[in-house]
Amino acid sequence: MSSRIEVVSRLNRARISAALSQGKREDGRGLSDLRAVKIKKNVLDKAEGSAEVLLGDTRVIVGVKIDKGEPFSDTPNQAVLTVNAEFTPIASPAFEPGPPDEASVELARVVDRGIRSSEAIDLEKYCIVPGKIVYVIFVDIFILNHSGNLIDASALASVAALMSTKLPKYTFKEDKLEFLEAHEPLELQDLPITVSIGKIGDNLIVDPTMDEEDIMDTRVTVAVNKNGYICALQKSGSAGLDLEEVKKATNIACEKATEIRKLLMES
Amino acid sequence: MSPTKRKLIVDGVRLDGRKVDEVRPMKIECGVLPNANGSSYVEQGRNKILVGVFGPREMHPKHLADLRKAVLRCRYHMAPFSTDPRRSPAPSRRDTELSMVIRNALEPALFLERYPRASIDVFAEILEADGSTRCACTVAASVALVDAGIPMRDLVVACSAGKVNGEIVLDLNDIEDKEGEADLPVAYMPKLGKVTLLQMDGVLTQEEFDRSLKLALEGCKKIYEFQKEALKMKYGKQEEKESVEQD
Amino acid sequence: MSQLFENRGFVVPGDVLAEGNLRSGENTYRLHGKIHATRVGLVEYSRGVVSVIALEANYEPRIGEIVIGSVVDVDLSGWVANIEGPSLALLNVVDALDEPFKPEMALPSIFDLGDLIVAKVVSLGRDGTPKLSTLGSNLGRVVGGRLVRMTPSKIPRLIGKKGSMVNMIIKETGCQIVIGQNGIILVNSKERDMEDLVVQVLQKIESEAHTTGLTNRIYEFIREMKEKRKR
Repeated sequence: MSSRIEVVSRLNRARISAALSQGKREDGRGLSDLRAVKIKKNVLDKAEGSAEVLLGDTRVIVGVKIDKGEPFSDTPNQAVLTVNAEFTPIASPAFEPGPPDEASVELARVVDRGIRSSEAIDLEKYCIVPGKIVYVIFVDIFILNHSGNLIDASALASVAALMSTKLPKYTFKEDKLEFLEAHEPLELQDLPITVSIGKIGDNLIVDPTMDEEDIMDTRVTVAVNKNGYICALQKSGSAGLDLEEVKKATNIACEKATEIRKLLMES
Repeated sequence: MSPTKRKLIVDGVRLDGRKVDEVRPMKIECGVLPNANGSSYVEQGRNKILVGVFGPREMHPKHLADLRKAVLRCRYHMAPFSTDPRRSPAPSRRDTELSMVIRNALEPALFLERYPRASIDVFAEILEADGSTRCACTVAASVALVDAGIPMRDLVVACSAGKVNGEIVLDLNDIEDKEGEADLPVAYMPKLGKVTLLQMDGVLTQEEFDRSLKLALEGCKKIYEFQKEALKMKYGKQEEKESVEQD
Repeated sequence: MSQLFENRGFVVPGDVLAEGNLRSGENTYRLHGKIHATRVGLVEYSRGVVSVIALEANYEPRIGEIVIGSVVDVDLSGWVANIEGPSLALLNVVDALDEPFKPEMALPSIFDLGDLIVAKVVSLGRDGTPKLSTLGSNLGRVVGGRLVRMTPSKIPRLIGKKGSMVNMIIKETGCQIVIGQNGIILVNSKERDMEDLVVQVLQKIESEAHTTGLTNRIYEFIREMKEKRKR
C-alpha cells in the first residue's frame, strides 16, 4: 500500500502542459502573473508583531515574539533571530502532525536567509548588554491553508509581521535589566521579497499553484533586497536547470519583487 | 500564597468588565478552510481557534485501525505565538492530555461503528490563548464535525466555571484561571443531557461544586445557541416556510 | 404523534424532530422514543417518516452508484482507488478486463498510479470496503476534462428529476458531464469558456441545492452568461 502522498491525476499534467504551450495557465494567469495578494498586519494580540497573507487561496499567518536572552557565543554583540515554520495539518490532508519535515525546515531556513542576508534587521542595534543580554526575535510561520507557493507567502507574511513589531524597551542599570514599560517599533533597514519560479518543461512560471507544484520539474526561489540585489537563492527539486534558465529566473524574480514590495508598503 | 492577592472582581465586576455569570463575546464561523472536509473558527474573548476535520477516511498507518469502528484522533496544538511568553512548538504533556480529554468529549457524539477501519481526524490550532481553550476547542470541533457532514448524535458544547476571589464565576479567562481558586471545564451534549468532559483544578466544597457545574451548564446552553447560529449562517436563510402538515 | 419542527425547518444534529410513532428516516436516529437529526439540514415529514435533507453529508458508497476515483496503488491482482469515502475502494482485474486475465498482462498498462477512473460500486465488504467494476459503457479510464468537487448530498439536485437538470446543462453548454455520486464531477469540452461556465453552474447548484425553482434559475443563468459571451 502506498504511503499517503497525494497522487496527482495524469489529467492535471496533461491539462497544465496544454495550457502552458499556449502561454497560459490553468487559472488564466500569464506565466509571470501573481495570484491576488492580501496582506493584513496586527492580527494577533499576544504577539509583538503579526501579519496574515493570502496569496490566492494559500493562507499564512506569522507571529513575531520578542524575548531577551543570551547571544550566541560566536556573535556576542548581535540579537538572535530565529525563524520557525509549521505545516499545520489543517492546511492540507497531505500534512501530517509531527516534528517539522524537510519541506518545512527548508522553508524556514530560506525565509531566514532572505531576512538575514539583506540585513533587514540591524542585529547589532538590538544588543542590550554586549556578550550578556540581547533581544531574541522569534518569527513563527503558521501555514493555515496550502494552495501552492508556501515560501513566498511565508516570506511576505514574515516581513509584514516584522514591520508591525513593537519591541519592549529595556535599560540595564546597576547590573539589573529593567523593562521601561514602553515599546518602540522594530526598525527595518530593508524589505526582502522572495519570488519562487517553477519550471515545467521549457516554461518558467511565477507563483505556482498546488497543481503546478505537483508536476513541476524544479523550483528556484530568489530573495531580492530593496536595491534589486539577490540576497538569497534556493533551488528545490531534483531536475536540472540550464544557465539560461537560471538567468531568466533571476531576472523575472527581480522584476516581480519590486511589484510585491510595493504591495507590502501599501498595506 | 502571596500576602496580598490581586482583586479580580470588584463589586461584582470582573477585570474584563464582565459580571460573574457572563460568557465572553463569541464569534463562530464554519467552512473556513478549503482543504479540510469540515472546519470552523472560534473567537471567545481573546481566544482564537481554528479547527480542521478530515474524514472519515482510510486509517493511516494501517496498524492503528480498529476493525470494528472508526478511530477518532484529536490534536490540540498551540501556536508558538499564542501565549505570552512564547511557547515551544513541540507538543507538551499538557497538549497530550488536552488532546485526549477533547477526544473523549467528542467521541460519545459520533457514530464510530458506522465506519470500521476509518479515521476521523480533528486538528485544533490555537492561534491565541486566553483561558478555557479546551472548552473553546471542543465547541469549535463540534461545529467542524457537523460542517464535514459527519453524522452525530448531538452537538457537543463546552464552557468553564470556577471560583475566583471567593465567587463562583462563568467562563474563566487566563488570569482568572491562573490566579483563581478553582477551574472547572465542562463539555455537554445538550439534547441528550450527557456530560462528556469534566475536570477540576483547585479546591471546591461540594456545594460550590454543585453551583459551579450548574453555572457551567448554563454557559453551555448560551454557547449552544452560537453554534446553531454559525451553522445556520452558512446557509443563509435556508428555511423553506411551508405550511405545517397536519397529522 | 408530535412533529416538533415546521416542515423543511432548519435542524442541527441532536435536534428532537418528533416523538411517538413516526418512522426514523434518512439522517435521523431513534433513542428512547424520540427521533433526533444526525446531520445539519432541513427536516421533512412525509408519509409517516421523518427524515433530514442533509445540507452537509460525507460520502457513503452504495451499491450501484457511479463514482470517480484516482488509482493510488497497483498490486498483483488489481488496483486500489481513492473515491473520497470512509475507505479506499478495490478494483479486481477481473472486473476491469473484458477478456480473461493472462499473467503477462502488466496491470499498470491498463490503469496506472494517478489515473482517474469512472467505476461502478458493485459490492460492499463486511467492513464497508467498496468493490468496483469498470466493465460497462461509459466506465473506465478518464482521458480528458476537468474535475469539480461538490457535496455528495447535493448530487441528486444536480441530476434533477429523471436527469432534468444535468441534461439541460449538457444541452445548453454542449459539454460532456460525468457525475460521480461521491461528489466528483468531470466536465469536458473543447471550448474552455463553456467548461468555465459549467464550473460556475456547479458552484451555484452547490450553494442553492436546497431551494425551489433551481432548474429554471440555472437555465436563465446559463442563457445570461452565454449572451454576455456573445457581446
